[in-house]
Amino acid sequence: MWKTILRRVLIMIPEVIILSILVFLLAKAMPGDPFTGSINPKADPAQIHHLMKINGLYDPWYQQYWNWVVHLFHGNLGNSYQYQEPVTRLIGGRAVNTLWLALFTMVLTYCFALPMGVFAGRHEGKLPDTVIRIYTYVTYCIPFFVILVIGIWIFGYVLGWFPTTGSISSDANGWAQTLGSRFYHILLPGLLGALFGTVNIVQYLRSEVIDAKRSDYVRTARAKGVPSKDIYRHHIFRNSLLPIAAFAGYSITGLLNGSIFTETVFSYPGMGLLFVNSISYRDYTVITALVLIYGILNLLGTLLSDIILSVVDPRIRIE
Amino acid sequence: MAANFNQHSDISAADLNRLTQEANAEATPSSAKIIWSEFKADKPAMAALIIVVGFILFVMIATLFINTPKMMETNIMDYFDKPGTDGLWLGADSAGRSVAQQLIVGSRNSIGIAIGLTLISSTFGICWGLISGYFNGYIDWGMQRVYDFMMMLPMTMMIIVLVTIIKNYNAVTLTLIFSIFYWEGTSRLIRSRTLAESEKDYVAASKASGTSHLKIIFREIMPNVSSLIIVDTTLSFAENIGVETGLSYLGFGLPNQTPSLGTMISNANDPNNITQYWWTWLPAALEIIVLCLSISYIGQVIRRAADASQRHGATD
Repeated sequence: MWKTILRRVLIMIPEVIILSILVFLLAKAMPGDPFTGSINPKADPAQIHHLMKINGLYDPWYQQYWNWVVHLFHGNLGNSYQYQEPVTRLIGGRAVNTLWLALFTMVLTYCFALPMGVFAGRHEGKLPDTVIRIYTYVTYCIPFFVILVIGIWIFGYVLGWFPTTGSISSDANGWAQTLGSRFYHILLPGLLGALFGTVNIVQYLRSEVIDAKRSDYVRTARAKGVPSKDIYRHHIFRNSLLPIAAFAGYSITGLLNGSIFTETVFSYPGMGLLFVNSISYRDYTVITALVLIYGILNLLGTLLSDIILSVVDPRIRIE
Repeated sequence: MAANFNQHSDISAADLNRLTQEANAEATPSSAKIIWSEFKADKPAMAALIIVVGFILFVMIATLFINTPKMMETNIMDYFDKPGTDGLWLGADSAGRSVAQQLIVGSRNSIGIAIGLTLISSTFGICWGLISGYFNGYIDWGMQRVYDFMMMLPMTMMIIVLVTIIKNYNAVTLTLIFSIFYWEGTSRLIRSRTLAESEKDYVAASKASGTSHLKIIFREIMPNVSSLIIVDTTLSFAENIGVETGLSYLGFGLPNQTPSLGTMISNANDPNNITQYWWTWLPAALEIIVLCLSISYIGQVIRRAADASQRHGATD
């Protein structure tokens, strides 16, 4: 198994390198330069020229790339042109918000999905199963952002139950209030994200449970007189749980891609919203850093899932 | 040849006729027939099919009668007209433009892009999957690494960055950019089926008799995975509607002056619009929901038709 993991990690290295080159070149290809107009509308072209020169923006691309990578290894992602502060500090602040939201969504997703999957599998073909299947079908089909917009309209604006912008209200004092305010702000986006992120887990768990119901060990347990409830709790559920854990990795990937929409709809100051704003300001350093971070997190998510799966299911291990 | 054979055989014309009829009755029905009988057996599926086909036809025909540049002109007198006033069925937006007309043109643009995207990305994905699954070995390994790499890219971000780089993009360039990123699912599905298929005897026999690889892949294996291809294409069509509208919603899809369902929903970003002027964005949102649900349902029905054990409709 260690061999499998090692091999996966080795394959990752060239992937990360190619990703970094790609990201760097894409950012360079973006139109406009970061200085014109952003510092001072009356800035002298000669001054801009000078700024470009001292920032190394006239060097050949491989040299600029190399400098960028060297800085990267020193933890220096450059300065944001828009916010005039180090990118690491800027992203660090936003990452905390995104992390809170992502964690909360993930926990909720599992809270909803596990009982639903087992329940649907247990009552296969009956009314609860049909209802759950219709629910997963609907949530799977409708684009996520449409749900977010309708959700914020109904629960945020019409009913007024939840805040519609921000991550913490400005008048929160002390850690208890801050924490409460944070929770209040991620409640609606987290709920919507979780309700609409259950599909894969529910469907997988349902078919696992249906398979397990017909397996020999369940029949043996039944023959021995184990009550139905215990069979589901101790035998079927426990056996289906590990493969479900593998979805955690993929959930990270899904949550990241969804975060751009969630944060835009809710004006939630996380990394996704930062990205969308940076694009409008052509803030290269922030864009490159974010795309790189998201790419690497995607990669780690998949790696995590593959590792869990290969631990659980030996058939999947690469020979 | 056939006529010749009959002249020399002892079978009477009546018998031949009976035998032919029997053979036809016993033959596996064509897949189009199976799909059709599946739709006839499932009322909601029929409704979904009528909604989707009817809607697409309506939109395509109605756009012919709408002068888009004129429609997009600002008309301050109709500022946020309520639905039903001044002959505007669905009211007007902040620039006094008819929401109903924008909805029709926007639907055409969004559906058009989704169709183009589905055609391009599915074709590419199918070829990729077939070739990768058929050749196995090093070719498969290399192609899988490309697949892994693509999967690692943060898609939404990459598309946004690409859209920003390209100057004067339009529906065609946008479709191409999307296509770069949305072929993986199809290719993976087709590959796994092709891997199983290429181990079968008929492929080995074809190889032994010297049939070219291309012919084996596209004339022999592809027809055998065609049901999977049809199902996947329908389902990705529903998904692709979400792709374009989502990006347009964020402001990185079609340009502002080109109506799309996504840009219309982005009206909801304004707190005033979302509460007071719901008609500027809600119809577009509801339309996407109905379309996506219907198309996916059609996909599910076709999937059932492709899998003999799940059919509802009588096929014999």
